[in-house]
Amino acid sequence: MTSMNATSASPSPIWQRWLMALGPLVVLIAIVALFLSSDPLSVFTGEVPPIEELQTQRVVLNSDGITIHLLNNGPDPVTIAQVLVDDAYWHFEITDGDQKINRLERATLEIPYPWVEGEAHEVVILSSTGVTFPVEIAVALETPEATSKQFTAYGLLGIYVGIIPVALGLLWYPFLRTIGSRWMNFVLALTVGMLVFLAVDTILEALEVAVEVPGTFQGGPLVYLVTLLSFLAIVAVGRNSKRPDSRLFLAYMIALGIGFHNLGEGLAVGTAFALGEASLGAFLVVGFTLHNITEGIGIAAPIAKERPKLIHFVLLTLLAGAPAIIGTWLGGFAFDPLLAVIFLSIGAGAILQVVYEVTRLILRSAERENTPALSWMNLGGLTAGIAIMYFTAFLVA
Amino acid sequence: MSNNAVTRRRFMAGTLGTGAAALLARFANKASGQDGGQYNGNGEHRGGAHSDGVSGPMGRVDHARNGFHPTEILTDFNYGDRVVEENGRTIREYDFIAIDQEVEIAPGIFFPAWTFNGRIPGPTIRCTEGDLIRINFINASEHPHTIHFHGIHPASMDGVPIMENMQHMPRDLTGPGMIPSGESFTYEFTAEPFGMHLYHCHAIPLKRHIHKGLYGAFIIDPPEPRPEAHEMVMVMNAFDTNFDNANEVYAVNTIAFAYNNDPIQIKVNELVRIYLVNLVEFDLLNSFHLHANFFDYYDTGTTLEPTLRTVDTIMQVQGQRGILEFRYRFPGMFMFHAHVSEFAELGWMGMFHVVEDATIIGMEGMNHD
Repeated sequence: MTSMNATSASPSPIWQRWLMALGPLVVLIAIVALFLSSDPLSVFTGEVPPIEELQTQRVVLNSDGITIHLLNNGPDPVTIAQVLVDDAYWHFEITDGDQKINRLERATLEIPYPWVEGEAHEVVILSSTGVTFPVEIAVALETPEATSKQFTAYGLLGIYVGIIPVALGLLWYPFLRTIGSRWMNFVLALTVGMLVFLAVDTILEALEVAVEVPGTFQGGPLVYLVTLLSFLAIVAVGRNSKRPDSRLFLAYMIALGIGFHNLGEGLAVGTAFALGEASLGAFLVVGFTLHNITEGIGIAAPIAKERPKLIHFVLLTLLAGAPAIIGTWLGGFAFDPLLAVIFLSIGAGAILQVVYEVTRLILRSAERENTPALSWMNLGGLTAGIAIMYFTAFLVA
Repeated sequence: MSNNAVTRRRFMAGTLGTGAAALLARFANKASGQDGGQYNGNGEHRGGAHSDGVSGPMGRVDHARNGFHPTEILTDFNYGDRVVEENGRTIREYDFIAIDQEVEIAPGIFFPAWTFNGRIPGPTIRCTEGDLIRINFINASEHPHTIHFHGIHPASMDGVPIMENMQHMPRDLTGPGMIPSGESFTYEFTAEPFGMHLYHCHAIPLKRHIHKGLYGAFIIDPPEPRPEAHEMVMVMNAFDTNFDNANEVYAVNTIAFAYNNDPIQIKVNELVRIYLVNLVEFDLLNSFHLHANFFDYYDTGTTLEPTLRTVDTIMQVQGQRGILEFRYRFPGMFMFHAHVSEFAELGWMGMFHVVEDATIIGMEGMNHD
């Protein structure tokens, strides 16, 4: 007892602190080991059949047949026994991975099936227990291969969706320089409105893709958590930078957020083309071009009162627009839902950060001029920003 | 299972909702030269390449592990586990045990089956009209079962469950009902009429008890035997592996593509007789088509004259059966399969390997050169 009192009175020696830190972990490991060895849940499970789940990651059609990339996202291993295509047993080869796919492992099936262009096919994968996993091919079309020609073509789509509209929007910069501070606030409010729309749109897009993410990775929560963390991280970057209140820096931040958003739009266009939706894809390209013109205005608004070098405009355009090219490439050649969710969520966080920063700009301006921050003018700008995005989205939604 | 491509497609498909979008899409289609056809301007096929020998399942079934071989089942006619003569009458005794057993029905696909004597189809009972048949049935399965024979017999031997309206009746008018797990019963009756018949479990729920594998062929020969021939029994069956009331695997004698992998050897000009029965559950019809040949068909086998002459395809509903007789004129590989192409490509497909041979069975008096 005396020794106990002594230790609590004076600072503990280092080994005791380690013991205190690690003690609970040791107990935890012991309890888990006990739980697993005694298997108290056997009462509930008994001899239940395995829970088999397979997720299709990607389907590729080419002159060799059909290639399917699979992921086991269930708790138990799945053994692939046979493959049916359009209700017929068909030969297949597992070119990557094993016939027995363990939890979170992948496998690639190559099926030499003479699919017919423009028609629908259904592949059914049968496991050793006879469970069926259908893979629908709604319209069979040759999957674009990553040839330099295809790469260029997809890149061009990205330029139309990302770079051209942003550059066109920036062409309003000279005009923005001529307007008074009241109208400038209107334009800033319009930018906020546009960004709010983009934030909502990006989060919804991320949630939509999150459904396709294997359950283990918790796509839904991932959207919110990555959005929150990326928002805080970018705010922290801004606060710790040498010129936290630089308007040019803010313009770059807006361009970054918009860049992530345009990545998502590039994904949508790229996937549409990869799925053979060339007609819809063409429609989407025109829609996104119109839709994204406002983004250039948003980037130009904070720097209207400054006179940055021309190179900054080029860099801003690339930062905001070029991710759309990366998006079309990813969507066209290697769509991965998990990656898409993470990119889109980072984008949402980045956009929320610039909403925060541009709002601060408006608040400061209002304070300086002693006018209400939420003037009719500013509310009008905000509404106009949202409305423009909402109605031009009719072209793509 | 979700599919990102499909979800994406749905997302995109929303655009087609407006008429303007549809028009624009059509315009874009025209502009890009897509006509939806499968051939491009150069007459080149667009799609996956066609080639021989890529259809069918992968690998082979381990027949030894199953405990039965489909090639042996073809000619495994059981004339009785014990046969005695009594007052000039033949008594044939059979031992039937219901066993729950996993069966590899297609390479790598294991079906939790219910069987008679550890095989699907169950033993092929073979006897002559007028014989006394005694089936000692032991239920070693976890579920109650019966054996219901198609034939003429007293109600007490009909092997059906005791339905609500039968409960108050004496058992000699209803039979014992379902035989519980661990119990036994002896079915006894006179084999009649001659023909190609069947038996199956009639316990409820009926669909499941049949498609799980509790059935077999029951051949009663006419008092004057049919001409000598190369005889075989084929039970057309199918399996619903994911329990969605539709079959994933089709076969004759259980194993998908069994006679595709091990073609049935027959000889040029020898008389072949097939005892065929359809036990496929869930599908309304099944059929048998013979390649490069025609056959005579005896529906239900209850006549000595064919009911159909010179046909190459017959159909059977569930429980329907008959006898086919044919000879092959040319050597080579000849397919036989359901002429429901879906069933054929899902496993009900086999081959006859017809070989030249000086020995001719059942060919007396026939010209051949």
